[in-house]
Parts: sequence; C-alpha cells; structure tokens
Amino acid sequence: MSGDGHTAEEMMAIAAARRLRDGANCFVGIGLPSRAANLARATHAPGCVLIYESGTIGAKPRQLPLSIGDGELAETADLVVSVPEIFSYWLQGGRIDVGFLSAAQIDRYANLNSTVIGEYEHPRVRLPGGGGAPEIAASCKETLVMLRHSPRAFVERLDFRTTVGYGDGPGARERLGLQGRGVSAVITDLGVLEPNPASCELVLRQVHPGVEVADVVSATGWPLQVAERVEVSPTPTGAELAALRALRTAEEQP
Amino acid sequence: MAEVVTLRDAVAELVADGDTVALEGFTHLIPHAAGHELIRQRRRGLTLVRLTPDVIYDQMIGMGCAERMIFSWGGNPGVGSLHRFRDAVESGWPVPLAIEEHSHAGMAAAYAAGAANLPFGVLRGYAGTDLPGHTASAGWVDCPFTGERLAAVRALRPDVAIVHAQQADRAGNVQLWGISGVQKEAVLAARRSIVTVEELVDELAPRPGAVVIPTWVVTAVAEAPGGAHPSYAHGYYDRDNRFYTAWDAISRDRERFTAWMQRHVLDTADVREYAALLREGSPA
Repeated sequence: MSGDGHTAEEMMAIAAARRLRDGANCFVGIGLPSRAANLARATHAPGCVLIYESGTIGAKPRQLPLSIGDGELAETADLVVSVPEIFSYWLQGGRIDVGFLSAAQIDRYANLNSTVIGEYEHPRVRLPGGGGAPEIAASCKETLVMLRHSPRAFVERLDFRTTVGYGDGPGARERLGLQGRGVSAVITDLGVLEPNPASCELVLRQVHPGVEVADVVSATGWPLQVAERVEVSPTPTGAELAALRALRTAEEQP
Repeated sequence: MAEVVTLRDAVAELVADGDTVALEGFTHLIPHAAGHELIRQRRRGLTLVRLTPDVIYDQMIGMGCAERMIFSWGGNPGVGSLHRFRDAVESGWPVPLAIEEHSHAGMAAAYAAGAANLPFGVLRGYAGTDLPGHTASAGWVDCPFTGERLAAVRALRPDVAIVHAQQADRAGNVQLWGISGVQKEAVLAARRSIVTVEELVDELAPRPGAVVIPTWVVTAVAEAPGGAHPSYAHGYYDRDNRFYTAWDAISRDRERFTAWMQRHVLDTADVREYAALLREGSPA
C-alpha cells in the first residue's frame, strides 16, 4: 500500500489501462489484461472495442468476466462469431489494433512463456499453454504485456518460447513473417518497460510512485537497460481508483 | 439420421476404449454430462481433443480415462491450474498422459480442415515459437503462388465428437446459440457424433445467428438437462463460477478428488441425480 492508499496491483492495472487509446479495438486475454481493458473502457476509453477469443466482438460486460466466455460477454457483444472465424478473419486478417496478454515468463526481447517451467518433456510446472497468445502477438498491430515483476518471471532465458515478442532481436519479426509490430510496452507492478527501437531490447522507461530504479533492476533476471531519464508514473486519480475498485467478478461482489 | 437415445446408450454404442474423442465447447455448452457418462462406463486409453480442456477433462484425466491429449490451453479459466492434468503430466498419476500441443488458432484450423475433408489446415502462426519442435502435427508449407512459408497443422479427424446444445427436435436436428466455439467443425470433422441437449422440442424455432446442425450429420442425440453444468447453456442457466472456484481445492488433493468423483459421478446414475446431489449441498 502506498502513501495515498493504492496497491502495486492497482497501479499496474491503472498504468496498463492508460495505454489503451479510446476507439482502439483490443483482443483481451483473461485475468490482468481483462481487468485493465475494462478499466480503460470505464474511464478514458469508452469507445474501446473489447474482443475475447470466445468470438465475442464489442463485449460490454457490466461485471468483470471470470472466463473469456462468460454469458454476459455474448449478451453484450456487437456480434458473436465462431472460434475459427475470430482467429482467421479477425485476428489473422490484420484487423486488431491491440493485443493484451499476460505470461509466466518474459525475456529481454519480450518473448513470452506460458507453457512449462523446466524441461518440456519433464516439466517442474506444467502451465496452461499458449491458447490464443502466439497468434495474438503475431498479428495484432501492437501488443501490451502485463505481468508481476520478479527475477523468476523476468528471466535471462525462457524455459519455453510460447509467444514471440522480438525473437532474437532486430529483424527477427520480419524474417519470421509476423505482421504486427510486436510488443510496445510491458506493464508491471513496479513500472513500465518499452523496447529500444534499434536493439529491440526492453528498457525501463517508467517507475511507479514509490518505486526506485534499483528495485526494478534487482527484480529483473537479466542486466536491465535503464532509460537516461526514467519517468515516474502519474499517481492514480481518485476516479481511476474508484472505477477499478468497482470492477469485480460476480463472485467478488460484496 | 440421428437416433434419439439415452446418453448411456449413446456412449455405450459409440465410444470405445482407445478412441480419439473431442468433447468440445469453448467455455459455453461444455458437455459435462457426457464426460461423466464416459467416466461411469470406465472408458480407458482415450485420446482427448479440445482447445480448452478444463474441469471435465481434469475429471476424466484424474479418473484414468485418457492416455493422450491434443489441446491448446489447459487451465481452469480465471482460477488457475488444472491440478489433475498437471499431476498426470508432472507425475504420471493415475496414468501418464502424453500431450500434443497447439495454439487455439492452430486447433481451429485443424478442425476446419477436418470438417472440409482436407489433410491439413494452414495459418499464419507458430513461426519463431518452440511449439513446432515439440508437436509432430505442426509443420510448414510453401504457398505455390507467393512462395510464402506458412504453418500447416494436420487435420483433426476424431473418432467421436461430443457436443452439448440447447435444443434438438425429435428427428434429431440440433440448434445451439450464444458462443458457438468450434462445435460445428468438431461434429463435421468426426466420424461419429453425439449431441446432448437441454431439451427435446417438437419443432425448432429458427433463431437469428444460431448454429443449426442437421440430423443427417449427427449420429445420436440424447437429452441431458443441465448437462453443461458447471459450464452454462445460454438462455437456460448461467455459468456456475463458484463451482469453478471450488474445483481448485477439490482437485488439488488426490484423495479428496477421488472421493468427490465417487460420490458425485460414480455413485450417481445420470445427470439428474448429479444435479440433485449438487442442489443438496455445497460443491465441496
């Protein structure tokens, strides 16, 4: 809890929501991304079009959905399409502005692991797997990533590359034929990283209020590049915090 | 023409040990009652196919029905891990589970190819990821017109597809609406199919945007009211999100899981008894 009464988790959701511009259409993963995207829609971006991989396009949930296919998403959507259609015509068709993902691990080139911790054949932890993420990050015009900062999550080497950010560095996306621009920001509970346009390596650009640059460096498992001038994220406004706290799943309703 | 039968008879006649079976449903209309019937009839050695294996596949895996799973995302949506799936992959309990892993887009393309009687599906995907290195049914193909290299996925042709829908008429024509997932593709890709329904009606009232599956591509239709629980049936009942949350604790422990399955599935005769038992007390 910071001095003005918001948690690091809330700061992360608010910092991520601010990245979503009004009118953008956004392919939303469940969990942290769904919370942030719905916060954006409740605050500065009412015209944001939320798309879930269940085929619900333009969903306007009143409560936060627990899954990507809760009934309310279909009831409030502009249209509902099949799963083959959402991935082929809409995502692969190049029509989605922003992909919004989370993961268990990330590396310096914003590649993501959501498959296994340990060896693939004999994993220490079997994670859910790629789901929609590999093609979301391949085909959306840009991708935002949210995850909590720790040396176990921000690793020198991924145990498995589920999803490509910038691959092995400059030129990799072009060589692989990936149509989207790639990850534009990584929003964590400590700050915001963005790729260096030349090297494609993630650089610390922003820390949240009360967080020191050294905290972020020590929570990162590779020697983190730090921008010459690191900005401090604007403190959450009362309106942002109120809107975020009003967003709950049906199970979290008081 | 589909035969209208009991779920018990449909499973007994159409699903054999060792079959490749796809119980599809993307969060909505998940055929839980049919999965429970497979568990009651002690099917073994199944290859389970589904984009989003969740609680019903966790239950089937934990009860030893499966030796292989083809999938793209195996978790408890919004809650966390599937503990029985993890235990099977990480520790081989109760039997080892081989996996064949894709992305959602790859699985969708593979079903669509199966439905279209093509040997493979094609998509822009997989490039630069570690998936193709571990998945024999993912590869590459060069476009004969542009020379572009694209991902190829082997078509899915399950022995049996099992889906749940809101309604069928007495001739076995099926109608489902709301989030429609890949159910139509799964049925058309499979050699045989079972559709469980909330309700048998005298006449299907056409609904805009609904998916209609005609009786002549369905093998069997069985009535199973409440058969999607804890998933939902749009227009009939909501997703039981509390059950999904409670499943985390039930499934975490082998003994507690086994006792729950004994009481709620093996010791109940059908979906009506299962539902009555759940109404009596908490899911735990």
